[in-house]
Amino acid sequence: MTSQAASTAPATEMRNRPTISPPTDIVEMQDSVLMLLDVPGAEADGVSVTLDKNVLTIQARARSTGREGYELVHAEYRDGDYERSFSLSEPVDQENISAVLEHGLLRLTLPKTRAATPKQIPVQAE
Amino acid sequence: MLIDALTERRLDLLQQLRRAQQDMNHLFGRLPLLHQGPFPAVNVWAGVDGALVVARVPGVDPDQIEVTVHQDVVTLRGERSAIPQADGVIVHRRERVEGPFSRSIALPFRVDANGASARFAAGVLTLELPRPTEDKPRQLRIVAG
Repeated sequence: MTSQAASTAPATEMRNRPTISPPTDIVEMQDSVLMLLDVPGAEADGVSVTLDKNVLTIQARARSTGREGYELVHAEYRDGDYERSFSLSEPVDQENISAVLEHGLLRLTLPKTRAATPKQIPVQAE
Repeated sequence: MLIDALTERRLDLLQQLRRAQQDMNHLFGRLPLLHQGPFPAVNVWAGVDGALVVARVPGVDPDQIEVTVHQDVVTLRGERSAIPQADGVIVHRRERVEGPFSRSIALPFRVDANGASARFAAGVLTLELPRPTEDKPRQLRIVAG
């Protein structure tokens, strides 16, 4: 259904922060495609989801963690903003894509257009 | 003549190795899964008066996270729900860690569990762990004598 879009030029860095590719689950159901993206630290007003032709791009700004005067003594993640693009191989209903952000998890639901829904063709006996 | 042939062959070999490395980089660069460490990812900051532990737990309900502090060890336990599975559901990509998790992090010093506090926002758990007063480094005043 989807595949990672070919790497494009990185977005202009405004704050010199690294760009992180968020881990993603993609599940196709009968009439929609569900995408789950881990974007911890992102708030709804800092998330943008755009669909240009068949390329779906997700960008999210995240707050920095840490404290002034404290020293980082153990690190397993980097602070940064999220960005990832996917090319959709099936037509989706662009007007009805929904995006919900809860507890740092972005849930996108892309309804398939009627043409993409598998159709059962009845076979008649003669 | 012989030397030339050998040099040529060595160059060719180097080129092949380089090409193989490029191929590998290309291959691994496309697999974000391989760069993932343990879940949840935790950063620890330490200061004079305490430690700050930040864990990234996106998609986990804060009520489902159990935090325990004992001396210099913090333990996080919880569970992340799995993606929906049913008949006719096709999984195209599964990169997110799911299921139960448990992690213990050793801090550089003992912390006062009674003074500890936890905050949760946007899938980020922040623990404030103060150092017991008697353990804090003290500066000694030097008296001239």
